[in-house]
Amino acid sequence: MDVLPIIFVIAAAISLAAAVMVVTARNLVHAALWLILTLFGVAALYVLLEAGFFAVVQVVVYIGAIAILFIFAAMLTRRMMQDTGPQLHKAWPLAAVVAVLLFAGLMAILVSWPGMDSAKPALAEGADPLRQLGLALVSPDAYVVPFQLASVLLVAAMVGAIFVAREKNP
Amino acid sequence: MAFLSDPINFIATWLRELLLGWGLAQGAVEAILKFLGAGAVGTFGLALVIFTIWMERKMYARIQDRLGPNRVGPWGIFQTLPDMIKIFTKEYITPAGADLVVYNLAPILTVSGVLLTWAVIPFAPTVFGTDVNVGVLYIVAVGAIGTLGIIMAGWSSNNKYALLGAFRAVAQMVSYEVPMVLALLVPVLLGRTMGINSLVEAQSVWFIVLSPLAALIFFISSLAETGRAPFDLLEAESELVAGFQTEYSGLKFGMFYVGEFLHAFTISALTATLFLGGWRGPGAETYPILGMMFFFIKTFLVYSVVIWIRISLPRLRIDQMLNFNWKFLTPVALALLIVTAVLDKIVVTALADQFATETIYLWVRGLIHLTANLLLGWAALRLLAGGEVKARRVVGQPRPLAVPPVSPPAPETPAAEIG
Repeated sequence: MDVLPIIFVIAAAISLAAAVMVVTARNLVHAALWLILTLFGVAALYVLLEAGFFAVVQVVVYIGAIAILFIFAAMLTRRMMQDTGPQLHKAWPLAAVVAVLLFAGLMAILVSWPGMDSAKPALAEGADPLRQLGLALVSPDAYVVPFQLASVLLVAAMVGAIFVAREKNP
Repeated sequence: MAFLSDPINFIATWLRELLLGWGLAQGAVEAILKFLGAGAVGTFGLALVIFTIWMERKMYARIQDRLGPNRVGPWGIFQTLPDMIKIFTKEYITPAGADLVVYNLAPILTVSGVLLTWAVIPFAPTVFGTDVNVGVLYIVAVGAIGTLGIIMAGWSSNNKYALLGAFRAVAQMVSYEVPMVLALLVPVLLGRTMGINSLVEAQSVWFIVLSPLAALIFFISSLAETGRAPFDLLEAESELVAGFQTEYSGLKFGMFYVGEFLHAFTISALTATLFLGGWRGPGAETYPILGMMFFFIKTFLVYSVVIWIRISLPRLRIDQMLNFNWKFLTPVALALLIVTAVLDKIVVTALADQFATETIYLWVRGLIHLTANLLLGWAALRLLAGGEVKARRVVGQPRPLAVPPVSPPAPETPAAEIG
């Protein structure tokens, strides 16, 4: 019996259940903590795909930085954390229909996709996947343009943040 | 002889054959061995704390000209065991209005975040938990879990001092992660790998020789991550009662305590592994037990420095701590990373085949890097000296707030009425 599908189902179930809790929890910090569990579940899925680098980066970036900043922001607003209003928007049936349609469409595409049943292609013997990923990010044949564009975007975001945070009259 | 040179793997092989002899499947045997190994590493880490607490208290005492623990066992070496029994029997007090699940989860997360690091530390060439190819990033990732535990503890305690401790934890730990990661990238650049065990194997010349600046930045920033003196602002007892752990009692407090000591020991092990050559030493390749010995000697040396710093230095102010990080460590680490990357590429392309033996080449490369590091450190200190003078001048000006208010003259009372 293969163990991997069982682990996959467990990890997927945990992340889905935690994702539901993120949107239903009334306490903002609890929602952020559930979000962390969801992100851990996604990291576990990356490990199952033998993408260790992505799993670790997922934890570093999303849990180590983003989720902690979420919690920090939520902690600063202690009085407003208990949300007592209604949790459903009045147009929720419409949203449910859109969500179901989207899910059905995605499923239809995935089921008809020929790559669904094929086994994953093996990496070259003795090759370090991390090294290959690094080379692909800077090789003109592969992903150098998206990589550079993403870097420019991040620099722009950083410059913007510094501009907003700067004292007006130094 | 096989047992003496490599006891851990000898036991593992014996156990594997025993389990296979009982008719278990190969996969099941490997899974059982992995679980046993993980349990052994975790238990070893926690058991080591019993000793390091004694060692720290003893060193603390000797530097302060006291005797330290000296009642239980020779030199008081078993003092921690009665302390443990005492803390096991303490009552758990949960504050009113605490967030129960988060409150109880926080100490567990704090300790497990530290223990997880031990999974990738190689004790000897053949003795390591697991050799993931992203080991360096993994260390950063599990460090985030410890930060999370402290924030959860501070928030869930329903206490303003605990919350203030959590705020400081975010400011301190998230900020000091930046220079730590940048300094960690320098060994990755020099060793051309991210796996911890391969990094140790790449250190024919220890990385502290190649890049003392990176070692220093890593050491300082990981010291700040542990949250002990001089960076113990998270639990500054003169300002915040006990910071994020104010409301914890019994073994829940004990978990934070153990977590802190284990963290201090773990950063010593990491510094020894990444910059002092880990298990490398004469004869370590053939006799793994020697490698283990070298590893622990180096780790305990670094750990003594950690204790020494903790005892000698007063606590920093929060603005000093953040200024030091953002205006000194981070820029220096960034500059160092760029210099190392460019310099190493030049050295490798220009000098790789110029020397008679590999060893000479490695030492020449090391000397070039060392010179660059020293120059960079000197330049950074010069820049820092200029900034310091400017900052003092601003503080030195008289401030209107500091003028004492004029007090009215006290009413005169006849001395006779008092008696």
